[in-house]
Amino acid sequence: MTGATASLRKTLGGLPGVDQVGLEARAAGLGTRSIKTTAKAWAIDLAISMVDLTTLEGADTPGKVRALANKAMRPDPTDPSCPSAAAVCVYPDMVKIAKDTLGDSGLHVASVATAFPSGRAALDIKLADTRDAVEAGADEIDMVIDRGAFLTGNYELVFDEIVATKEACARPDGSHAHLKVIFETGELQTYDNVRKASWLSMMAGADFIKTSTGKVQPAATLPVTLVMLEAVRDFRAETGRQVGVKPAGGIKTSKDAIKYLVMVNEIVGEDWLDPDWFRFGASSLLNDLLLQRQKIATGHYSGPDYVTLD
Amino acid sequence: MTRLDVRKTHKLYIGGAFPRSESGRTFEALDAKGGFLGNMALASRKDARDAVLAARKAFGGWSTRTPYNRGQVVYRLAEVMEGRRDQFIEQLRAAEGLNDKKATTYVDAAIDRVVWYAGWADKYVQVLGNGNPVSGPFFNLSTPEPTGVVATVAPSGPLLGLVSVIAPAIVTGNTVVVIASEKYPVPAVTLSECMATSDLPGGVVNILTGKAAEIAPWLASHMDVNALDLAGVDDPELAASLEVAAADNLKRVLRAPTAPVDWLAEPTLARLEGLVETKTVWHPIGV
Amino acid sequence: MTKFEYAPAPESRAIVDIKSSYGLYIGGEFVDGKGGSFKSISPSTEEVLAEVTEATADDVDLAVKSARQAYDKVWSKLPGSERAKYLYRIARIMAERSREFAVLESLDNGKPIKESRDVDLPLVSQWFFYYAGWADKLGHAGLGPDPKALGVAGQVIPWNFPIMMLAWKIAPALAAGNTVVLKPAETTPLTALLFAEVCQQAELPPGVVNIITGAGATGQALVEHPDVDKVAFTGSTAVGKAIARSVAGTSKKVTLELGGKAANIVFDDAPLDQAVEGIVGGIFFNQGHVCCAGSRLLVQESVYDEVIDKLKQRMSTLRLGDPLDKNTDIGAINSAEQLARIKELSDVGDAEGAERWSAPCEIPDSGFWFAPTIFTGVTQAHRIAREEIFGPVLSILTFRTPAEAVEKANNTPYGLSAGVWTEKGSRILSMANQLRAGVVWANTFNKFDPASPFGGYKESGYGREGGRHGLAAYLQGASA
Repeated sequence: MTGATASLRKTLGGLPGVDQVGLEARAAGLGTRSIKTTAKAWAIDLAISMVDLTTLEGADTPGKVRALANKAMRPDPTDPSCPSAAAVCVYPDMVKIAKDTLGDSGLHVASVATAFPSGRAALDIKLADTRDAVEAGADEIDMVIDRGAFLTGNYELVFDEIVATKEACARPDGSHAHLKVIFETGELQTYDNVRKASWLSMMAGADFIKTSTGKVQPAATLPVTLVMLEAVRDFRAETGRQVGVKPAGGIKTSKDAIKYLVMVNEIVGEDWLDPDWFRFGASSLLNDLLLQRQKIATGHYSGPDYVTLD
Repeated sequence: MTRLDVRKTHKLYIGGAFPRSESGRTFEALDAKGGFLGNMALASRKDARDAVLAARKAFGGWSTRTPYNRGQVVYRLAEVMEGRRDQFIEQLRAAEGLNDKKATTYVDAAIDRVVWYAGWADKYVQVLGNGNPVSGPFFNLSTPEPTGVVATVAPSGPLLGLVSVIAPAIVTGNTVVVIASEKYPVPAVTLSECMATSDLPGGVVNILTGKAAEIAPWLASHMDVNALDLAGVDDPELAASLEVAAADNLKRVLRAPTAPVDWLAEPTLARLEGLVETKTVWHPIGV
Repeated sequence: MTKFEYAPAPESRAIVDIKSSYGLYIGGEFVDGKGGSFKSISPSTEEVLAEVTEATADDVDLAVKSARQAYDKVWSKLPGSERAKYLYRIARIMAERSREFAVLESLDNGKPIKESRDVDLPLVSQWFFYYAGWADKLGHAGLGPDPKALGVAGQVIPWNFPIMMLAWKIAPALAAGNTVVLKPAETTPLTALLFAEVCQQAELPPGVVNIITGAGATGQALVEHPDVDKVAFTGSTAVGKAIARSVAGTSKKVTLELGGKAANIVFDDAPLDQAVEGIVGGIFFNQGHVCCAGSRLLVQESVYDEVIDKLKQRMSTLRLGDPLDKNTDIGAINSAEQLARIKELSDVGDAEGAERWSAPCEIPDSGFWFAPTIFTGVTQAHRIAREEIFGPVLSILTFRTPAEAVEKANNTPYGLSAGVWTEKGSRILSMANQLRAGVVWANTFNKFDPASPFGGYKESGYGREGGRHGLAAYLQGASA
């Protein structure tokens, strides 16, 4: 074991433990908040503005990506008051198409990189993947950590890869693409691991921490996100640096999205109630938010023919 | 010339030592025909106080011994009593005027009773405790624990009654202050000598001789006594007043019997149960 | 103005029909009492909810006679399997009508609907269901081959968990074969009176359950009634002692669930975020009107600042207000009298030099309210570390070593509950062994279940409620 690994182990081992039952009870308790009328309308618009509208399929084509980008810009083309989504999230080879479609809309292009979703490739391949996406215009890079290394306790390797990926996010003008670090919490399994991964990533320079690739079940859950929110809260208290959180995968309904927003509100507070600091990695969620939005606006229930296909 | 016998001074048994009453008082123990048996220490309220202090001091160590060890110690008491079997028989005959057969029956039953209770030391938790199937991700276990310091008014049965109230209290880890039978105090003193020469730590059992009506109210109202056993109180008014006094700190009370007790019968678990507290521990089950 | 304002989300009152006045439930019907009446008000608005009868000693006598007759003629003759079916019926009805009861409970008691709905009422139904199953299995409870009921149980319950305490009392009593006369607290009689309707709906034989309302004198008349065989009381230690005195020299069996001043011990290796939840739930659940509340927080000095910071942050998110609002965390204090007591002891905390901090929340104009409050700098020598406040007020002390924590935790005449927070398994077991309390919650707090015995050491009372032990409290032969 190198000194750096030993030191990381000690730091991460010194974090308070997470009691599963207590954590899940707290998450369930927050889930019973009843968000009605004006609060619901406000929350739905906020949730729409936080969506990273995502397509990460082998069958993705320029046509599919263009459609997605248009949907992100105008989620409800019949209602100009409807906010746009935060970003579209695509594979690196689709970044340019997405960027061109979004133009100067202000919407970001996020790209998964680093041999997403498994991360099982040599480091230089992962970094080339990252640089490729950044060069193509990605505003945000969603990297995956090496879960194998993490689970064997090789925290130094995970740490170094995050640092290297962050360097690969640099642009010639000195700015850099925002780095989201994906844990794949379904593979880390325990909440203690999620807390450790959160701190490890933040210490290595992550701008955002993200639950899942969407390719492994379970993906985002309320308790996992709760652990991550507690981590960014405590990290800011200790270092002064604010880090964003992105639950991704499995969030399908407005009701779920609102539960997450309640959790953000009550665990980390309103500083994070902003697309710059909290995102939903999702696809079908957007249409449910739109259906609910129409229900609030018209007073009656809407149907799938009244929202657009992704 | 016949040899002049060496007479015994009967003393109290407090904290493993044999003091006289601090009051300097004594009373006469008489035999069944009214003859003189011996001078007994007449315990005072201060002796009772000292006994409670000794019992409290002994509680921590005794209650945390392993149940196996407590069982062995109580069994050892039976062994020592067996060695004094003839002496006990003689004392019962003298005090109560029993014939040899009856006295032998009571002494043997007393020794066997101590053996019976010794075996409970490492079992009562299994019988009185519970694993509780709560509806949630929690481990939940209830176990009985000793209630603390027990003050006992012993029944008049000078040996069998006495061990039948002491043994259940101590096998579970309580410590005891017992007021011996006022009428037949001599066997209690012999029992205390058995205790002192067995492996029972000083203070686990403290034996006072004297008048229950004088001492018991002080024990009943003592705020550092946790339970009150009225097995030997046959005056209902005294029993009621002791219960009232015991309410000051909500002592657990084993009430005075309303009908004569057949101490020869095999006991129920009531005395064990009455002197323990059920503690329930919860813990989440998670990874 | 915060970004994310939760709009009001009130639970509808329409589900419950409160009558303008109530009689006494004796012999299966509502009858007029011989005395006067009193008002039950909603502590959150001071609105009068109903007029309730004040039972006199004669009324109590009538209720006990009714219970005795039902015991002699009907209930003691029924096989356990039939008693079980009545209790199962009640369990099912309580589940069906649980929202109605929850709303009424929150109105009459002031507790948040999310607690009455998610904690009290589910436990009520579960309690009846659990004990229903015991009724025909008494011979297997380890209490002898054929344990016998005691007869008539006189039960006096408090105002903090009115319908839940009713279930804790009535379910085991009936399962064991007793009949009951129950008196709810004078500030919270309405759910017990609604329960009388449930008894009718279940077609429970008349007199098996009798509900009489009134204050202390009514309770005293019930406890002291010579034809009562069993007394079960939950309430203050002072009244518990009076009951213990009043039954001296009788053959009445007694269960007392009394006060507490529980230590909630947080070690530096605790799961801190969950510990903070446990601290908050431990003292602010039900406005702190909980006998087993974790009202003394013992924090290891090495983690003190972090715990206090997190606790204050967490408390700042507590929402105080309308008990019927589904987002309310902290409801109303149950009565003006209780509020005065909380204020008085808090003022004592100030006077003794402890430092008060209250969560920043808006206090409604009418009703009885007290903001969640902590006192730091408290020592064993402060009254607020020794006396039960029975409100949302936490006294915070520190310790350095496990031995010191045990010593401080046990340094009280009470012994109802205790909490321990540490990730070290062996330490949990060691602490659990040493704490002199009837319930030890390790890495959790304020959990209840009908299968789990509950009750105290020392001046917190005697006897257990819940589980097999709770059954023993209503049968002959078994102690406690």
